[in-house]
Amino acid sequence: MSDTKKTGHRWHDMGGTDAGEIAHDQHAYALWEKRVDALLRLSTVKGYFTVDGLRRVLEDMGEDAFETMSYYERWIASITQNMVEAGAFTIEELNARMAEVETRGPTYGEAQGSGE
Amino acid sequence: MTLLAQVASPPFAPPYPTRGGRFAPGDTVRVKRGDAPGHMRTPGYLRGRTGRVERICGDFGNPEELAYRRDGLPACTLYRVRFTMAEIWGDRAEQPADTLDAEIFEHWLEATDAP
Repeated sequence: MSDTKKTGHRWHDMGGTDAGEIAHDQHAYALWEKRVDALLRLSTVKGYFTVDGLRRVLEDMGEDAFETMSYYERWIASITQNMVEAGAFTIEELNARMAEVETRGPTYGEAQGSGE
Repeated sequence: MTLLAQVASPPFAPPYPTRGGRFAPGDTVRVKRGDAPGHMRTPGYLRGRTGRVERICGDFGNPEELAYRRDGLPACTLYRVRFTMAEIWGDRAEQPADTLDAEIFEHWLEATDAP
């Protein structure tokens, strides 16, 4: 992880560095992405953490995550870590739930089941 | 030489409660040069740069504390500070007199006569 490419700036603090080509293409958000967005609103309104905590974990995930994961993939990773830190659930509970969801089927459509 | 932006204070009170803060609209301020490995809410390209307070936005919990699940109190005064492109980018500025506004918390600002 190259976190100090430039002295005094962490990797995410990229204002003023060469941006290269800017991608102007838009895409419709997938259902799961909208749900991740909603999950952030819910978890912050309920007081588990704030958007500052979201950003802190995103930054700590490092440049590799920024290059290899999509926007909402990084968000759900950060939300999950913040929720564990907040004591909303344990890693053991999370893993048990993920295993349960996985048994429903290999696709998102199947795995979401009745949408519970 | 620092090229300073012109500011005109907004004709309305800050939209969020504030105890007033150390600086007032029109004051010349410099962004501190500090650095830390953790979450910081002031971008590197502004650290060490001088601008003018355009307005007080209000007082808010310190995001650098809230990021680590602390309460962020006492609330910090947040300012909107206006910089010229010449001040930020130097000779690289394409439009030196254009301005950029950034919202910066009081603990990142110092008077320009500070050492």
